[in-house]
Amino acid sequence: MHVGVIVFPGSNCDHDAWYAVNHNLGHKAEFIWHDSTDLGKADAIILPGGFSYGDYMRCGAIARFSPVMGAVREFAAGGGLVLGICNGFQILVESGLLPGALMRNANLHFLCKNVDLITQTVDSPFSAELKRGQVLTLPIAHGEGRYYADERTLDELEAEDRVVFRYKQNPNGSLRDIAGILNVERNVMGMMPHPERACDPLMGSTDGVGVFESLFAAVPV
Amino acid sequence: MAAITAEVIALHQLTPAEYQKIVSILGREPSYTELGVFSVMWSEHCSYKSSRIHLKKLPTTGKYVVQGPGENAGIIDIGGGYVAAFKIESHNHPSYIEPFQGAATGVGGILRDIFTMGARPIAVLDSLRFGKFDDDKTRRILNGVVAGISHYGNCFGVPTVGGECIFEDCYGGNPLVNVFALGVCKKEDVFYAKASGVGNPVIYVGAKTGRDGIHGASMASAEFTEESKQKRPNVQVGDPFLEKLLMEACLEAMQTGAIVGIQDMGAAGLTSSSCEMGSRGGVGIEIDLDLVPQRETGMTAYEMLLSESQERMLLVADKGREEEVYRVFGKWGLDAVAIGVVTDDGLLRVRHKGVVEAEIPNHAIAEQAPRYDRPHSSPYRTAPMKGPDYIAKNPQQALLTLLASPDICSKRPIWEQYDYTVRTNTTAGPGGDAAIVRVKENGNSIAISLDGNGRYCFLSPREGAKLNVAECCRNLSTVGALPVAATNNLNFGNPERPEIMAQLVEAIEGMAEACEFFETPITGGNVSLYNETLGEGIYPTPVIGIVGLMKTSAPVTIDFKEPGREILLLGGFGKTDAIQFGSSQYAKVLVGRLWGLPPALDMDNEKRVHQAIREIHKAGLAESAHDLSDGGLAVTVAECCRSVGALIELESGEPMEHLLFGESPSRILLSTANPAAVTEIAAKLGVECERVGVTMKERLQIQNGSISVIDCELAALQFDLTAIH
Repeated sequence: MHVGVIVFPGSNCDHDAWYAVNHNLGHKAEFIWHDSTDLGKADAIILPGGFSYGDYMRCGAIARFSPVMGAVREFAAGGGLVLGICNGFQILVESGLLPGALMRNANLHFLCKNVDLITQTVDSPFSAELKRGQVLTLPIAHGEGRYYADERTLDELEAEDRVVFRYKQNPNGSLRDIAGILNVERNVMGMMPHPERACDPLMGSTDGVGVFESLFAAVPV
Repeated sequence: MAAITAEVIALHQLTPAEYQKIVSILGREPSYTELGVFSVMWSEHCSYKSSRIHLKKLPTTGKYVVQGPGENAGIIDIGGGYVAAFKIESHNHPSYIEPFQGAATGVGGILRDIFTMGARPIAVLDSLRFGKFDDDKTRRILNGVVAGISHYGNCFGVPTVGGECIFEDCYGGNPLVNVFALGVCKKEDVFYAKASGVGNPVIYVGAKTGRDGIHGASMASAEFTEESKQKRPNVQVGDPFLEKLLMEACLEAMQTGAIVGIQDMGAAGLTSSSCEMGSRGGVGIEIDLDLVPQRETGMTAYEMLLSESQERMLLVADKGREEEVYRVFGKWGLDAVAIGVVTDDGLLRVRHKGVVEAEIPNHAIAEQAPRYDRPHSSPYRTAPMKGPDYIAKNPQQALLTLLASPDICSKRPIWEQYDYTVRTNTTAGPGGDAAIVRVKENGNSIAISLDGNGRYCFLSPREGAKLNVAECCRNLSTVGALPVAATNNLNFGNPERPEIMAQLVEAIEGMAEACEFFETPITGGNVSLYNETLGEGIYPTPVIGIVGLMKTSAPVTIDFKEPGREILLLGGFGKTDAIQFGSSQYAKVLVGRLWGLPPALDMDNEKRVHQAIREIHKAGLAESAHDLSDGGLAVTVAECCRSVGALIELESGEPMEHLLFGESPSRILLSTANPAAVTEIAAKLGVECERVGVTMKERLQIQNGSISVIDCELAALQFDLTAIH
């Protein structure tokens, strides 16, 4: 299993995702530079956290125009699995691969803490190894994580079982406590919490492992 | 070109004698540009002219030290072929003028010092001091500083893993923002800021040069006056994204083998980086300012040389291999331009529009700055020896008031704004005695603590400084680490006042004695003087950052884990008398006064306590451990009570406030399932170890004899700092 970790200028959780896949989870991750239009032999793609291109505009607003995102769109259109974490989620939303927007946290501050997530669906390649209702403790670290979409979109997300994770205690004002969602085809997921930071017992939680195990199990090798 | 009059010299904060020294070095009158160069390089901030002869008293070598003071950062061996580069630096003055950018660029500056050495930053800590807590101005500065640190560190992608935050009236017009950073690299990948190889190109990389920050270094070397607010343009603006790119590009370029030496452009920018690199390498450097990337038009040589625009580096490459360097910087979208060459004449020669604007011996600017043995009398001190008559508060009320006080309460609302887990190395983040980051490459972990105590140092600079070092080493030992090396940030007032200079001298001497004793040599640091506003000085505030080493393992944190465990006080009850009680948080918060002396320190006993707790950890005997400091025994016990409480049983005839809230050092509170084994280790090392109680569910109870002095639900003990919003 080869995971491609996209590196934008300003990505800073790229190494964490790479390390988790290679060293904690026993699979193979490789970096893909933002100006590449070729995803190589990647079986799945991770868009990591960070501040792509500085994020001085809306988060992810510039990254969506980078050359590699064309390749990621094609990959997703062909059914390839794409996981966007934190800034990666913001980029997916800006790219139109996921609906809605991520706005500044309700308290207007960056927030770094562990939060409890409730697994809403196991009908996805990112959560199939979890149990419905299972609580995961994962770190968040973001200033713009308040999920927003219009009522119709929110209703659709719920009706189509596309909300994967909700916050048990909403840290950022996200509508309907949404922490992670799927696209219609269910092969693209964005989430604000960081599963890659919770794959090593030394980090205090290994609850992120289930997300990656689901991903690995979903890709035929 | 402006004529150089006595007034111009004074405006550059040079004394007539210093000016004469410049004339004699050059053998002629300096040009206006040269005067500017000397004024920043010989400023207190860059030259350490008032402190240097005293800094020599500090121990700087030891078993772990690879590089001591004099480089951009100190370097220690952390095992397995790896080293850590670390340093602390202040950004006090800029943070007062413009809190957000002042603090942000403070973080940026220290990060550059680390990756300049070839090390990737993996941890940042901050030591912050502000004025009276309940004050609009304090709140504005506090929020700005925290937002600035958060902005820069989070975007750059370095975890901010700990620090301290203290409130005291004397910092109201002069906050202290000291930032520590640490990075790691392979031993053979260390780079030095040394130019060599005549004919080698001098390459400028990173951000373009603008007019920002001109004379920042001299600003940091003057007292604040009403006019200081007009110095806002002197504060630089930081771009953490650019710094992130600059770091990645520098580390990658270093791997090409084409780089000979490299230094960041910090205080005094282009000037200090070129003449210091030249001076260290014993060579000359010639640069042409027409080639410098500029983001403003019409800049003079003076402005370009003194600009403190951020996120810039100067490097010397192997002649003929420039393309390899350009290719890497091009990949990261950064400017990299050859602006000069290394020469053999030892001069810094600066050309602009075909004219030689400055020609100064590198060594003279970098190393021949004036050194002053400034007169020092006895340390400035206004506090009485004897305290006021006060009526001791009810212990429970006293405890709750202390727990809620700004210095002691949880700083969670601050540190939750910092990304403290990025890079997945943080095994113990903020809120403990020391932060711990693992080094993935070698199986070891690095523990870090920053400590200062202005109250102690105001009462006795010498003893206060020793207590700082002792506490810092205790913090590291409490998490199981062996303290190995230190960096210091000396924050003091105006050294031209003999009673302030005396504070500096005595604090350095106390620190030297303690660092020698605890085997934590100083590998670098920073001196920040003139921390006075309108003649009001700060408490003498040396801040020490000490780094400890340990094998990577699950951390032992401060909170009690299980009910029914024995609670032991390693180091015993200590001794606090009425004089020493005057330096305590109790005196500050509940009596509202400062008097007497800091607690008495027996360094020999302290060191044995450290050894004992490390052995206890090595044997895996402690389930929790927390050192006693601000607020004494009762506050420490309360801080250990998160999900599990405690019953503390005392038998003492001491005044209750001394027993519960005295801050006698050399003590650590731990909980264990195996008290006999802990006691045995303590006894073997000649360390007192008292059983003081047992952990239990839901409540904190403290009894003296048969009298209940404290009885509280756990939820009532949790207080967060409320100012942040």
